[in-house]
Amino acid sequence: MTTMKSLAGSAAALALTAGAALADPALIYDLGGKFDKSFNEAAFNGATRWAEETGGEFRDIELQSEAQREQALRRFAEAGFNPVVTTGFSMSTPITNVAADYPDTKFVTIDGYVDPEAHPNVKSILFAEHQGSYLVGMMAAMASESGTVSFVGGMDIPLIRKFACGYAQGVKAVNPDATVIANMTGTTPAAWNDPVKGSELTKAQISQGSDVVFAAAGGTGLGVLQTAEDEGILSIGVDSNQNYLHPGSVLTSMLKRVDVAVFESMEAGADLETGVEVLTLAEDGVGYAMDENNASLVSEEMQAAVEEAKAAIIAGDLAVHDYTSDDSCPALTF
Amino acid sequence: MDFATLLQVLDSTVRLATPLLLACLAGLFSERSGVIDIGLEGKMLIAAFFSAAIAALTGSVWMGLGAGIVSSVLLSGLHGLASITFRGNQLISGVALNFLAAGLTVLIAQDWFSQGGRTPSLMGAGRWEAITLPFAETLRAVPVLGPIYYELISGHSILVYVALLCVPATWWVLFRTRFGLRLRAVGEAPEAVDTAGVSVVGLRYAAIVICGLLCGLAGSYLATGLQAGFVKDMTAGRGYIALAALIFAKWRPWYALMACLLFGLLQAVALRYQNIDFGGITIPVQVMDALPYILTVVILAGFVGRAIPPRAGGEPYVKER
Repeated sequence: MTTMKSLAGSAAALALTAGAALADPALIYDLGGKFDKSFNEAAFNGATRWAEETGGEFRDIELQSEAQREQALRRFAEAGFNPVVTTGFSMSTPITNVAADYPDTKFVTIDGYVDPEAHPNVKSILFAEHQGSYLVGMMAAMASESGTVSFVGGMDIPLIRKFACGYAQGVKAVNPDATVIANMTGTTPAAWNDPVKGSELTKAQISQGSDVVFAAAGGTGLGVLQTAEDEGILSIGVDSNQNYLHPGSVLTSMLKRVDVAVFESMEAGADLETGVEVLTLAEDGVGYAMDENNASLVSEEMQAAVEEAKAAIIAGDLAVHDYTSDDSCPALTF
Repeated sequence: MDFATLLQVLDSTVRLATPLLLACLAGLFSERSGVIDIGLEGKMLIAAFFSAAIAALTGSVWMGLGAGIVSSVLLSGLHGLASITFRGNQLISGVALNFLAAGLTVLIAQDWFSQGGRTPSLMGAGRWEAITLPFAETLRAVPVLGPIYYELISGHSILVYVALLCVPATWWVLFRTRFGLRLRAVGEAPEAVDTAGVSVVGLRYAAIVICGLLCGLAGSYLATGLQAGFVKDMTAGRGYIALAALIFAKWRPWYALMACLLFGLLQAVALRYQNIDFGGITIPVQVMDALPYILTVVILAGFVGRAIPPRAGGEPYVKER
């Protein structure tokens, strides 16, 4: 009888822990790493905020190689984590392979796109990066004295070209004669973590006359921002608010509220609504950062002009071309 | 391309070639003594981390350099222990060191600074300052030669000049000293050296200590000269390009300088011009990135002279009984 009791007890305990695990969300960071001061760190911050506000717990993993993507998804799904939130466009293919095997688990791909018809348990969260980039492009053109501004991208993928294209459109909107120099760091994932190359690219752009540089390049961007400060020009950060990295040198940061996306996915838990969601300026999914570190760099006219453009974009009066819609850019040739 | 642009590209070439050159000379010492070293990447990485970390903690770039060299020499010593003393496979030991360095740096960085595997940004004395050579300002006005002296030759950090001086120093040590003769002999025919009563193990250890020292300089230059701090995996394959340069240079110091400058130039041009129009044909940037490897394969295939590695390279020395 006692044995039976303890058995039943442990079974109940097991059921309880299983229940607890079922409610726990999991987060998978892309290869840039959890603390890239940018994209993945924003995801981490969102998850941390969720844990602090709700008292819940989440599991996370930093991927070390391409091969781990599917493995990590399966491990989390089998352990009962729900939803499984992932960052980075590269996760969409592994999710396509895995999702059907775990129909009760909700998967979230931030920056990736998975067909909602074929995989009803997947939510794709996309951002209107071109809109945010347009706004910081306007600021760059207004802050530039030379009339030449530049862009450093990480890996050469359509998503990063979308940043560059929006940025160039914003620049040209303010100053149609402005020159925009756009460079990509490389074509492999190593391009996200090569600050030395980022520095050299920035120096090359400075020697071509650029005095504002926008870095959308993960860890490589840290080298860009550092060089911009060393050489006395302005820089623009990306994804997270990077203004504090070099106060007085970082003009602003193009915010991509990955933290909000992660927070809301975890908040919804297992009842997450799937499908495709695009976070735009209207939802504050993208934007530009203002704080005490860059207050002295941004004049009131600049901010007023940017706010005006922002309102116009939200109202639909101003359309910013999205590079990924037709793989071409009216304001920039790659 | 005007003169100013040319100077800027060449200036960038010098900066990019310096870590390659130091790592290449490091590999040269090691391989000339018969120890193949695929772990250049790992040694540079660990030196980059410790030089940045100690420079951040002490505020002195010299202390950082010291720590970088010590860490790199220790890693070299580990390679020696595995492949010289215990006669393990040199390639496997080298690869293991690369993985060890990649993991260890991030782990220690996270423990010390809690900034996700990076060090804090270095300020002031924590970084190598650019040195302005004597008369650079005065001579600047001189046409052609003035800008060359001011832009290209002057204004680099001290490690760049050290790296360039290492080339004649390496040549002198290898080809003009008794130690160098023995070092080369131990890479070609260790049994002959042993017969002459000179310690093969001792010579090989000496070579890898020099190798560690040079990798330490390379790592320190990356993290505290070119950058202001360590970032995960910041060597980004430069150790492997240095190995390619070593083969391209046929294991000779002056050729190593030329090979590294050439590879540096290719990178600098690729960074400056993303796509090059070459008489109507557009050369994409990827071709420039791949050229160092393509050139190395061409050399290895025997099209441009023959690249003959040291004969005893890769083989642990076993005394005959």
